[in-house]
Amino acid sequence: MAEKMTGAEMVIQALADQGVEHIFGYPGGAALPIYDAMFQQDFVKHILVRHEQGATHMAEGYARSTGKPGVVLVTSGPGATNAVTGLTDALMDSIPMVCITAQVPTTLIGTDGFQECDTVGITRSCTKHNYLVKSVADLPRVLHEAFHIATSGRPGPVVVDIPKDIQFAVGEYYKPENGTLRHASYRPQVDGDVRAIEAAVDLMLKAERPIFYTGGGVINAGPEASENLRELAELTGFPVTSTLMGLGAFPASNRQWMGMLGMHGTYEANLAMHDCDVMINIGARFDDRITGRIDAFSPNSRKIHVDIDPSSINKIIRVDIPIVGDCNRVLEEMIRIWRSKTNQPRTEAIAPWWNQIEKWRAVGSLNFKNSDAVIKPQWAIQRLYEATRKQSKDVYITTEVGQHQMWAAQHFHFDKPNRWMTSGGLGTMGYGLPAAVGVQVAHPDALVIDIAGEASVQMTMQEISTAVQYRLPVKIFILNNERMGMVRQWQDLLHGSRYAHSYSESLPDFVKLAEAYGGKGIRCENPAELDAAIAEMIDYDGPVLFDVIVEKDENCLPMIPSGKPHNEIILPDTANLGSIIDEKGRQLV
Amino acid sequence: MNAHLQPTGSAYFLTQETQQTERHTLSVLVDNEPGILARVVGLFSARGYNIESLTVSETEHGRRLSRITVVVVATPKTLVQIKLQLERLVPVHRVHDLTAEGNYVERELALIKVKGSGEHRAETLRLADAFRAHIVDATVESFVFEVTGKPDKIDSFIALMSPLGLVEVVRTGLAAIGRGPEAM
Ligand SMILES: Cc1ncc(C[n+]2csc(CCOP(=O)(O)OP(=O)(O)O)c2C)c(N)n1
Ligand SMILES: [Mg+2]
Repeated sequence: MAEKMTGAEMVIQALADQGVEHIFGYPGGAALPIYDAMFQQDFVKHILVRHEQGATHMAEGYARSTGKPGVVLVTSGPGATNAVTGLTDALMDSIPMVCITAQVPTTLIGTDGFQECDTVGITRSCTKHNYLVKSVADLPRVLHEAFHIATSGRPGPVVVDIPKDIQFAVGEYYKPENGTLRHASYRPQVDGDVRAIEAAVDLMLKAERPIFYTGGGVINAGPEASENLRELAELTGFPVTSTLMGLGAFPASNRQWMGMLGMHGTYEANLAMHDCDVMINIGARFDDRITGRIDAFSPNSRKIHVDIDPSSINKIIRVDIPIVGDCNRVLEEMIRIWRSKTNQPRTEAIAPWWNQIEKWRAVGSLNFKNSDAVIKPQWAIQRLYEATRKQSKDVYITTEVGQHQMWAAQHFHFDKPNRWMTSGGLGTMGYGLPAAVGVQVAHPDALVIDIAGEASVQMTMQEISTAVQYRLPVKIFILNNERMGMVRQWQDLLHGSRYAHSYSESLPDFVKLAEAYGGKGIRCENPAELDAAIAEMIDYDGPVLFDVIVEKDENCLPMIPSGKPHNEIILPDTANLGSIIDEKGRQLV
Repeated sequence: MNAHLQPTGSAYFLTQETQQTERHTLSVLVDNEPGILARVVGLFSARGYNIESLTVSETEHGRRLSRITVVVVATPKTLVQIKLQLERLVPVHRVHDLTAEGNYVERELALIKVKGSGEHRAETLRLADAFRAHIVDATVESFVFEVTGKPDKIDSFIALMSPLGLVEVVRTGLAAIGRGPEAM
């Protein structure tokens, strides 16, 4: 049933019809009609951010922790350009997001009008799709289509750019009936080819050194996909590793779990990838942080690749059995077909393989030398993890980017999907604090912690003010090494320890900073006091900035340097990092 | 088994690329909406694919569909990536690699201006006739020819005109279509 309303009202109505309860935004001249329409209703709640980049990361955290799309509203010009980093981040990590950008009136477009920018031009390459709405008649369709595209297939960000005169114009609003959203050209394939799945299961039934290599696609396919992964792993008895983006899809407490793989993954996961005979990639994309040197990547395996995006298949690594489809549907089929052929896991056949894996595991690649005198960052994360385990609350972790991020991935353990929010593909410093705010909006009663670095957190620090305003008790756990630790580590590895601009100089007093914002500040530098300080952070009912002063020159290990194969992983007891990488490796990122 | 030794879909050769590049003609059916050409061209530049020629025009006015014919030079694996990446774009309906599918015709149109007098002028006209070039403009000292054909025919004609007083050339880029009764 069509209803007459203004474009601005349509925006709010479409959000309500899509079930959107929260949006993250910042007003400005071109967006005012939409803000006015929002003012006159109370279904859609608006979270006022402090910078539009913050809004995008909040939407990402919201989306990643709920499976629902994150929604952003910004004004034209600088509002839109400030959103670009978060849009790119969401594109790289396949996060469903709808970003509504206001635009100058159509009559001003192309005249270098005040706060005009070519939003669709700027965001074309950092969105899954984008629209400039030039007629109010198109608006209802475009808004609903934007949600459809953002959330289906391989999820991603969609921008809808709405000129101010279109927001004022009156038109007919309608809500598309279910099913009428069948897009003429956009039809993601969700069901995998059964013959290919059968071939995959046949290969799995003969495997002697199998491995599940899983990724963010399992999380995106919904919680059932994680359950099905668990079931398939149990049915087969195969070991499981995961990318950074996929952590939590398979429980870390399960004995088949080998830890994360890749550049800072465990020894056992990486060596098993290298030596396996059947690799089952479910929802991961052979990213360069995972493969290391391509021509030495898992040289003797047959590879199965399940991905909803056909272009991910054979892009980097040639695979033997490609399966295009939704991870959950394909996992269901794999389970069904496996069951139809056997009711036994391959326990005996793969026992030697597990023996080998146990030997690798015994190396203890995540070990580190602890200290009584100074807090080791890995230990701080372990203590944080132990403290959160005692909580009755659900626990969500976000991170910034750097060493602390990798240590969090290694030492914090997840048994459920959607509990781990990190910027994987783009590696955006400044992601974690706003992402935590977004997660807390979606889960007001949960314990939400950003594991941060002192450099990263300063990139979007102002969002602590948003947390204070909306009484969102996020905890910012800063591993303060007074260094851009990851940069320093690479300078040790590649640039003769010449530390060009990798110090965090003139750091703020984080305790006073927290207080200035109206939150709580805690500082701890004595290992003996850490547990009590963590408890104080968790117990405080409000936002906390916790400045944990840690060892300054700790390296994040194990590490597969760029350009090296998996079996040339550097283990924690390696002394001289500077002599490991050759000239060719230096050129890689 | 040795899948990893085969080259990949990157245009920048992640591994030592052993394959030769090939020239392929792709036919892309798209919604004729604002920005569609920028989307396609932006994809090519962002991922480092080479465009040799590109032609676009609305072909079904009722359904607002355009056909883009694009000639690319790439290794076989990159060609597969190009097709898959194009298909990811929301307004793209279908992508056909006409060269891979084999059975198609292709034509290009060129306007070629040649200046000259005396013996050159007569020679120019004789060659134009042999190439079935039409005269679409003539002055006492110049001609504009219209030539249609496969690109190599146009190349040859231009090469022949070059010593005879070639002034300038405009080419439409390639239009290509599958043979037989089916649509793409
Ligand atoms: C926006 C942005 N700029 C630069 C970088 C490059 N970079 C990666 S890690 C890092 C240092 C991070 O330092 P900090 O947040 O203190 O974390 P640490 O490594 O010390 O744990 C930098 C500069 C980045 N990832 N993102
Ligand atoms: Mg640091």
